[in-house]
Amino acid sequence: MNLKEKLIASFIAFENQVDLDNPVHEIRSEAIRNFEQKGFPHRKMEAWKYTSLDRLQKVDFSLFPSKDNDLEYRDVKKYFLHEVDTYKIVFIDGIYSSYLSETTHDGVDICLMSSALSKPIYKPIIDVYFNKAASREETLTSLNTAFTREGAYIYIPKHKAPRKPIEIVHFSTGNEAALMLQPRNLIIVEENAELQVIERHQSLTGNETLTNSVTEVFAAKNAIVDYYKVQNDRESASLIDNTYIRQKDNSQVSVHTFSFGGKLTRNNLNFYQDGEHIQSTLKGVTILGEKQHVDHHTLVHHQQPHCESHQDYKGIYGERSTGVFNGKIIVDRLAQKTNAFQQNNNLLISDKASVNTKPQLEIFADDVRCSHGCTIGQLDQDALFYLQARGIPKKEAAALLMYAFANNVLESVRLPELKLRINKLIAQKLGVRLGFEL
Amino acid sequence: MAYTEEELKKELETKEYEYGFYTDIESDTFPKGLNEDIVIAISKKKEEPEWMTLWRLEAFKAWKEMEEPEWANIRYKKPDFQNISYYSAPNKKPKYDSLDEVDPELLETFKKLGIPMEEQKKLAGVAVDVVMDSVSVATTFKKTLAEKGIIFCSISEAIKEHPELVQKYIGSVVPQKDNFYAALNSAVFSDGSFCYIPKGVRCPMELSTYFRINQAGTGQFERTLVIADEGSYVSYLEGCTAPSRDENQLHAAVVELIALDNAEIKYSTVQNWFPGDREGRGGVYNFVTKRGLCETNAKISWTQVETGSAITWKYPSCVLKGDNSIGEFYSIAVTNNHQQADTGTKMIHLGKNTRSTIISKGISAGQSQNSYRGLVQINPRATNARNFSQCDSLLMGDRCGAHTFPYIEVKNKTAQIEHEATTSKIGEDQIFYCNQRGIDTEKAIALIVNGFSKEVLNKLPMEFAVEAQKLLEISLEGSVG
Repeated sequence: MNLKEKLIASFIAFENQVDLDNPVHEIRSEAIRNFEQKGFPHRKMEAWKYTSLDRLQKVDFSLFPSKDNDLEYRDVKKYFLHEVDTYKIVFIDGIYSSYLSETTHDGVDICLMSSALSKPIYKPIIDVYFNKAASREETLTSLNTAFTREGAYIYIPKHKAPRKPIEIVHFSTGNEAALMLQPRNLIIVEENAELQVIERHQSLTGNETLTNSVTEVFAAKNAIVDYYKVQNDRESASLIDNTYIRQKDNSQVSVHTFSFGGKLTRNNLNFYQDGEHIQSTLKGVTILGEKQHVDHHTLVHHQQPHCESHQDYKGIYGERSTGVFNGKIIVDRLAQKTNAFQQNNNLLISDKASVNTKPQLEIFADDVRCSHGCTIGQLDQDALFYLQARGIPKKEAAALLMYAFANNVLESVRLPELKLRINKLIAQKLGVRLGFEL
Repeated sequence: MAYTEEELKKELETKEYEYGFYTDIESDTFPKGLNEDIVIAISKKKEEPEWMTLWRLEAFKAWKEMEEPEWANIRYKKPDFQNISYYSAPNKKPKYDSLDEVDPELLETFKKLGIPMEEQKKLAGVAVDVVMDSVSVATTFKKTLAEKGIIFCSISEAIKEHPELVQKYIGSVVPQKDNFYAALNSAVFSDGSFCYIPKGVRCPMELSTYFRINQAGTGQFERTLVIADEGSYVSYLEGCTAPSRDENQLHAAVVELIALDNAEIKYSTVQNWFPGDREGRGGVYNFVTKRGLCETNAKISWTQVETGSAITWKYPSCVLKGDNSIGEFYSIAVTNNHQQADTGTKMIHLGKNTRSTIISKGISAGQSQNSYRGLVQINPRATNARNFSQCDSLLMGDRCGAHTFPYIEVKNKTAQIEHEATTSKIGEDQIFYCNQRGIDTEKAIALIVNGFSKEVLNKLPMEFAVEAQKLLEISLEGSVG
């Protein structure tokens, strides 16, 4: 039985465990039909040309892990941003861990998808927002929608901001030989509200995991959202991250993706601008080695006039790693005065590494400023020589240059503790000790 | 093979005879539809050797298995391939008896382009007596070429006269199974041009299909094969700036260029086929496969100015097989009214120290859609490959679209790739600046568009560049609101 058949068969078992009268279940049933019809994406599809899921479909993933997997905080402390106090929503093998988490209902709702789906007070919000940003066509998103049960639910009412940043962390313990997880997050930030989220997926053993995650973010007028994705998982973990963001007038949303690990990582990051004077920022640093594969697919859809989008993705590829960047900007006829910028710079530092990139513009309005730039190259030999001439060993000099190359993406990170953490990760990844703090 | 005026005269006479022979035009047009019999019949009609017939059949077999590609960013009603007649002898009968009968709009365009009266007649399909001048021009050309050992003739002639060259190179760059339209073309191609430049010869003039008067009207499935032997150079022109009103809606041409060691080929195209009327009715579908192969130290340069056709689907490519080879692509694509163009290039770097440059300028006006689609591929063994790409789009009006789809695939760390693209419109301040200096808006736009396209226009041979510049102006006429 391949993975598709297994998933469809287990949907019936899944139905026994959830409330079938909930209107959400209709959405689930529709989604599983869509998935059944289309199946997994394959390399003949334009959007999946460079990323193959064939291997993963042959793995015998368990879909419903057994319960009660406990972890001690001290064992996993290093995966949290422990230098600063945060709200935490923690899942172990897909199941909520109340012991490690810190949620709240004080003014803002930082809690669970499962309770949002079951409790009547959340129903009006679920009705308005659930599955409204996510694509109904994308088959992996449909698959996730079909199995919607657990994930993070964050609701920030008007003029509010949570006191501290929120961390969403998924651990997989490796109690199963191979585990597939499908978390579903819903984040709503109302007018003039603010939010900072850090998301992380971490497997604790070398057992195979596949995460197919969907996150929907709604930013109302003047809302400010900072979303950080830290992807530094083991060689055994694969992640398909689908994020859909809808923005209203004057809102500012930025997503930073730090991809340093994982076997196969696919980021589908979609921005839809539903108002005027919106700012969207998409930034990423990718540093890969071994046989890792990262595929960034971004979409910014400018639908209204006077909006801006800014994309900056840097990649450093070593050993046998492969990187993909596909950035798409659509400017509708209505969206005059759009200012869209996109940049993708790549460094190839090994003979076996490869990069495929496709910056794509689709423009239907005439009074716009859209530009994209893309480079693939290697370290500047002159700069390297300059540093060596001043007594810096070649390896450190190279690392320093790579560090500088990746660093300007970090400038817009607004959480100093996270910035420091990422800095350390970059230094560690490049195998040097940087003799300075930033 | 010396070619004298006498021989040409004789050739023309026999041609006349041929015409006389096939007085009944109907009988010389094949029934509609496509099957193996038709392919064999085409081959027979052209008196081709057996290997060519087999080659065509192989292509046809492959074509039957293929599906029409749908990935391009264009929308159109698919042609019914069984509703086309795949062979008809070139139109002998002049369409008109005198210039007065010709569509005045067409004449107006000719006038703007500054095309001489005799040429106008020829282009519009008016009966022309053999103009002594142009015959002698053609003959002198042929003489000079033959002296240098250059072969320049129709492909059917080449199949008969130089089978060893054709058999060796045809399909070597664009195989029969390459894509849907290439397969179709391989099966049914009616005619085209063949050109061979011997070792170390520098072709003394621009070779152009335009001057080959006895070969006019090569039909809708054209096949071109250009071979530049070691150390040779040729500049080849295709098409002409004058609008040609062709009844064939579907055009599927194949062009193959082969540049052997140290050779250089410069291939320039100006395409201005009927783009359909203002409402987007009619117009030519242009599905072309063009590809060149560069051996060591060779260079291929594509320059194109695309202003015509309702649908353009065209990616002149370079396979940089040899070390130190160079590929270049310069393009201007203009779309107006309801035209759609999906055009660009592929640069496949296989050899060491290979370099490629891509400059693409898209101008869209009216309700047209203009796409750039390109691929730059650096293979693992292509060390020190270098590519620079620049795609600029200019939008005129708020109902048109400009799209870019650049694919970049790098598998070697020593590669250096740069790609940049911009999309913009003509600035109001620029127009204001011109207006202020007494230049009216229409002229100002022509001026700005010319500046925008300068980098590509400069690459065209002189006479062509002047015409192409005027062509741009005409294509965009009335598009400014």
